[in-house]
Amino acid sequence: MTATDSLDAVAPTGPPDEGLVLDVRDLRMRYGSTDVLHGVDLTARRGEVVALLGPNGAGKTTTIEILEGFRLPSAGTVRVLGVDPARGDERWRARLGVVLQSWRDHGKWRVGELLAHLGDFYAPYATDRVRRPWPVDDLLATVGLTAHAGTRVARLSGGQRRRLDVAVGIVGRPELLFLDEPTVGFDPAARREFHELVHRLTDTDATTIVLTTHDLAEAEKLADRILILAGGRIVAEGSPDQLARRVASDAEVRWTRDGERYVHATADATGFLRDLLREHGDRVRELEVRRASLEDAYLALVHEEETGIRTGRAERVWQQQEEATR
Amino acid sequence: MNPTTNALRAGVRRGLIELRATFTNGQDLWNYFFPTVVLLVAVFWMRGSTVPGTDFSLGARTLPSALGMGLLFGGLLGLAQQLIVDREDGTLLRAKAIPDGMLGYLVGKLVLVSAISLIGVTIQLTPGLFFLDGLRLGDPGAWLTLAWVVPLGLVATLPLGAVIGSVIENPRNMGLVVLPIFGLIALSGIFYPINGLPGWVQGVAQVFPLYWLGLGMRSALLPADLAAVELGGSWRHLETLGVLGAWAVLGLVLAPVVLRRMARRESGSRVAARRERAMQRVG
Repeated sequence: MTATDSLDAVAPTGPPDEGLVLDVRDLRMRYGSTDVLHGVDLTARRGEVVALLGPNGAGKTTTIEILEGFRLPSAGTVRVLGVDPARGDERWRARLGVVLQSWRDHGKWRVGELLAHLGDFYAPYATDRVRRPWPVDDLLATVGLTAHAGTRVARLSGGQRRRLDVAVGIVGRPELLFLDEPTVGFDPAARREFHELVHRLTDTDATTIVLTTHDLAEAEKLADRILILAGGRIVAEGSPDQLARRVASDAEVRWTRDGERYVHATADATGFLRDLLREHGDRVRELEVRRASLEDAYLALVHEEETGIRTGRAERVWQQQEEATR
Repeated sequence: MNPTTNALRAGVRRGLIELRATFTNGQDLWNYFFPTVVLLVAVFWMRGSTVPGTDFSLGARTLPSALGMGLLFGGLLGLAQQLIVDREDGTLLRAKAIPDGMLGYLVGKLVLVSAISLIGVTIQLTPGLFFLDGLRLGDPGAWLTLAWVVPLGLVATLPLGAVIGSVIENPRNMGLVVLPIFGLIALSGIFYPINGLPGWVQGVAQVFPLYWLGLGMRSALLPADLAAVELGGSWRHLETLGVLGAWAVLGLVLAPVVLRRMARRESGSRVAARRERAMQRVG
C-alpha cells in the first residue's frame, strides 16, 4: 500500500516479477460512469492459495473474469502466468483452469464422457513436466465421482455437479486454477470434502489457486492469503492469522449509565475502561468487553466501505497495515 | 500432435456424441418426428390433387420442396437455436475456457446440425416413397443432384444460422426470425407453385435461399418434364448454384466476424445474468 496506491499511477512501479504466477497492478474497471474496481493490486506465487473475500457486488467476479481473460479491464497492468490475459493464446489457456459460478451445460452428456472429451483438448499441450490431460478414472476418483461416471450430467445433485465443475477445471492439470464461489450450495460434508480436494491440489501439484468466496470460514481454512475486496478496492490483506491479529486488538465495550446504553469500539480497551471508570465511577453498570473476531472485523470493513460511514475501525486496520509494510 | 488437428478431431467426436445424446432423448425425438408426421399426413392428402397444367401428383411435388425447406430449418434455425441455448446454459463459455475449445465446439455443432438435417431428409423422404408416385430415386442423376444441392444448401444456411444465433441473445426473440421465414415459405412455392403470383412477389422469393432449396430438391427428385411448370420452364441449376453460392459466401464472410465478436463478449456474469432472466421467464 505504498506507491502503487497513488490514484494516477498507470505504469507499473517496476518490471513484472517473473516469479509471480499472478501480478496485477492498479487494476481498474469502469462500466459507463460506474467504477467497479478502483485500482486493485494482487499477486500470487506458485503453489499459493489466495482468497478474494467480499460481499456480493464487491467486484470479485469482475476481477477474476479479467484474470481469466473473459473481460477487458479499463486500466491497469495484468500478468497471468507472465502473459496479459487480453493477449493470451491457446497455449496460455491450456495452463489455466476455470471454475465459474453457475454452469448448467452439457446436461445430456455422461460424466465420464464429458471429462474425457474436454481432456482431449489438452493433450497437445502436455509437457515433460506436466502430463496433460488428467486420466479420467483418476480424476473421477479425486473428485469422488467414480460411481457417477455413467450418470447424465443433468441428473447429478447440486454438490456433485459442482464437483464435476471442479473436475473440468482441473482436467488439464492447470498451473493456475480459478474457483469462483466454489462451494455455494454445498452441505457441510460436501464442503469439507471440497476443502480436502483443494489441499490435495496444492500439496501434490503445487497448483496456484485463486478463489472467491463470501464465506469467511472457508477463506480462513483454505487460503494462505486473504484479500478483502469491498466497494471495488482491497480494504485489507494478509494471512488469516495476520488479519485476525490485526483486528484482535479491536474490542467493543458496552455499558449502561443512568439507564442509557453505550457502545464504544476501541483498540485500547484497558485504557478506555480506566478513563471511563475514573470519570463516571459507580454510575457505570452492566459493563461488557468483547474482543472482535475476524468476522466482526470483516463485516465492519465491508460496512464502512459500502456506506462510506467511517467508524474508525477500518482505518485502524489500514494504519496497522501501513506500519507492517513500512 | 497439432492442436488444431486435435481440436478438429475432438470436434467431430463431440458432434457424434451430441448426435447420439439427442437421438436417445425423448423430447428431442418428439421434436424431430412430430413435424415429419404432420408433413407426411399433409402430403398424403395432397397426393390425389395434381400440379396445375400437369397430371402429376401435387403431393409428390410438395415432398421434395418441403425437404428443401427442411434444410433451411435445420441449417439456419437449428444452428441458431443451438447457439442461443448453449450460450444461455454456459456450454459456449465452457468451450471458451479450454484451449482450442471454440474451434472444437463449432466443428461439433456443424457436424451435429448437418447430421440432424440429413437424418431429417431421410426420415421424411423414405415413408413418402411408399405412397407417392413419380419420385425418381432409382435414377443415378437424382443422387448426383442431391449430392450437390444438399451440401450447398447446408453451406448456404449454416453460416446464416451462426450469425442469427450470435446476434439474438434471448430465445424469445427467435420469433423475429421464424415469422419472416413462415412468410417466405408462402412465397417460395414450397406447398404450391408460385407461377400464378405477381412478378414482383416471384422476384422477392427468388432473392432468398428458400426458393432455390425447394427448386433444387425438386430438380433432383421429380421427373425431368416437370421442369416445364417451373418459373422459366427449366430447373435452372446454374441460377440455383449462383444464388445459394452467393448466400454461402455472404454467410461465410459474416459468420466468423460475428461469432468472434459474440464469443469475445461471453463471460460468467453474462451467463449468470441470462440465467436470472430465464428464471424470471419460468417463474
